[in-house]
Amino acid sequence: MAQAKARRKTEAGSLSDDTTAAERHGLLRSMLLQRRFEERCAEAYALGKIGGFCHLYIGQEAVGAGAIAAIRSDDYIITTYRDHGQALARGMSPRSIMAELFGRADGCARGKGGSMHLFDRSLNFLGGHGIVGGHVPLAAGIGFAIKYRGGDQVCLCFMGESVVNTGAFHEALNMASLWKLPVVFLIENNRYGMGTALERASSIHDIYLRAASYDMPRAFVDGQDVLAVRTATLEAVRRARSESVPTLLEVRTYRFMGHSMSDAVAGTYRSKAELEEYMKRDPIMVLRMAMQDAGEIDDPGMARLDEEVKAIVQDAWDFADASPEPPLESLFEDVLVETTT
Amino acid sequence: MAVATYRDALNQALKEEMQRDDRVFLMGEEVGVYQGAYKVSKGLLQEFGEMRVVDTPITELGFAGIGVGAAMVGLRPVIEFMTWNFALLAIDQVVNAAAKLLYMSGGQFPIPIVFRGPNGAALQLSAQHSQAFDAWLAHIPGLKVVSPGTPADAKGLLKSAIRDDNPVVFFEGEMLYNTKGDVPDGEYLTPIGQADLKREGDHCTIVTYGKSVLLAMQAADQLAKDGIRVDVVDLRTVRPMDVNAISASVRKTNRAVVLEEGWEVCGVGAQVADLIQRECFDDLDAPVLRVHQADVPMPYARNLERAAKPDVPKTIAAVRKVMYLEER
Ligand SMILES: Cc1ncc(C[n+]2csc(CCOP(=O)(O)OP(=O)(O)O)c2C)c(N)n1
Ligand SMILES: [Mg+2]
Repeated sequence: MAQAKARRKTEAGSLSDDTTAAERHGLLRSMLLQRRFEERCAEAYALGKIGGFCHLYIGQEAVGAGAIAAIRSDDYIITTYRDHGQALARGMSPRSIMAELFGRADGCARGKGGSMHLFDRSLNFLGGHGIVGGHVPLAAGIGFAIKYRGGDQVCLCFMGESVVNTGAFHEALNMASLWKLPVVFLIENNRYGMGTALERASSIHDIYLRAASYDMPRAFVDGQDVLAVRTATLEAVRRARSESVPTLLEVRTYRFMGHSMSDAVAGTYRSKAELEEYMKRDPIMVLRMAMQDAGEIDDPGMARLDEEVKAIVQDAWDFADASPEPPLESLFEDVLVETTT
Repeated sequence: MAVATYRDALNQALKEEMQRDDRVFLMGEEVGVYQGAYKVSKGLLQEFGEMRVVDTPITELGFAGIGVGAAMVGLRPVIEFMTWNFALLAIDQVVNAAAKLLYMSGGQFPIPIVFRGPNGAALQLSAQHSQAFDAWLAHIPGLKVVSPGTPADAKGLLKSAIRDDNPVVFFEGEMLYNTKGDVPDGEYLTPIGQADLKREGDHCTIVTYGKSVLLAMQAADQLAKDGIRVDVVDLRTVRPMDVNAISASVRKTNRAVVLEEGWEVCGVGAQVADLIQRECFDDLDAPVLRVHQADVPMPYARNLERAAKPDVPKTIAAVRKVMYLEER
């Protein structure tokens, strides 16, 4: 019922890109996994299994799924505290993520980091970072290291649109452009930083135009259309990889939830009506409709996919729940490493 | 006198000072439309308008500097940091500008500004969002540093801070905002630099301030059940520190425990312990002990976080130890 309604309201995306049917299926699955995973996060938060700050990605799944589909497994990713979706899209184990959110020993950071700080070195997933803007110079540094070593990797750096107002952003983008560093600066413009609309915080409302100050290639793309995000990121990645030129890519999206689990979904800063308007373009529905029109998926197929990802999420939950608390002696571990040279 | 939360006490102070002096304005992230990240500025935008309650972009360095510049030419800014963790981005303006301009100009430019916001750990916010910076800022000559632990002190000290002609660093606490207490109505000023004896006893002194006052009071209650009576000296101001209040208490009790939220190394407790050994060397019956956060970044997991934070049992254990009582 809810789906039928959403279907009527949602305009299908187009399939006129170079993805294969299997790739599209993979993107749909990736977004659905993110969605179902985070719905359970909200539940776990209400139950007190997850604590602290927990920022959900619901509504923005196409950004993580589409952009990460455009990079190689040896490329690097760095992001903000709103990191669950990208971690899943990168292929991090739902078990280790959920265990981290539950603050357990089997979490990807052994329970030390929590929701805002997911890391997986083996997947070149260089973390969720909690200080707005703080990770953007790190992205430039990763780009610097790639160039220094003469590699052809790229660094994909996710950030919210509020980041463009921080000093760290300007310093990093200037150096990235000056020194031609292979970085894709991807802005997830969800229109708000907490309760502040971008028009109230940035003198320039078309965020991608900021790149002009650094003479940096720039583009914007519809962030609810996963295929469009993938295509735009591919172009930026190609430029970074083959020309070592950074790009500022503005991806226009919207968050369907509150800023974090401790904030209201709508309130003084945005109306329910506005939220409902944006929710008509649910990224999962946009792709599903297009695939349905092309005969690539039907209702039973969608139901099967949903059951499949729900089972994965349930397994992650059960795993996290059964994982022990971190041992107390781990409190003093990881402050510094033993120097080996 | 009415019962109010710490949050409301701060709100009253801001409101009254803004009514009293039109040079006072509030600037920071989410202070206006959103009514404050922790609702401290509730209603102020509506009463005072956009020129005096200013929402900023996420630009701590920039708006701290805007505050200092405005203060150089006669305004009296109150700069809100959403938390002190983010104020690290503004540390240059606080330390290199606000704290230096009077001195560097040979007395020409006093900087009447308040930098305020919650400091220290809340619950499970992990390493980047759970830090106490009182020792950092208290290290800097040219700043005053206050850290109220009760609603009444929050009101009285914020009003004094806003009226002070110097830069005042004002530490609040996320876990304090909902705490309640009697708050005097209207004109109520708590002098900066004056400690408060929050509880009287003659067996041991607990020196503390800020959020840790709550822990000290609970520890004192529990110790009283075992017949142990402690003085709780609430510093309220970390810089300048009320040496007389500390030494008067320690001369009476001959024993001291210093309790603080932050890390041990070069912490505020080290400064207090140093004062005590200098001022009260002959009065001491035991070495001064310190209770503080474990010497690690704050972990996320609930059990690890609990183990890392100073708490009532750790405080009680320290008091018993300086009294040479067996651990229980
Ligand atoms: C330097 C700094 N200041 C303030 C904060 C508090 N804060 C956390 S997220 C956030 C809003 C960020 O918005 P945006 O960059 O648009 O990302 P979004 O949350 O929308 O994904 C703020 C103000 C912070 N983490 N770091
Ligand atoms: Mg945003």
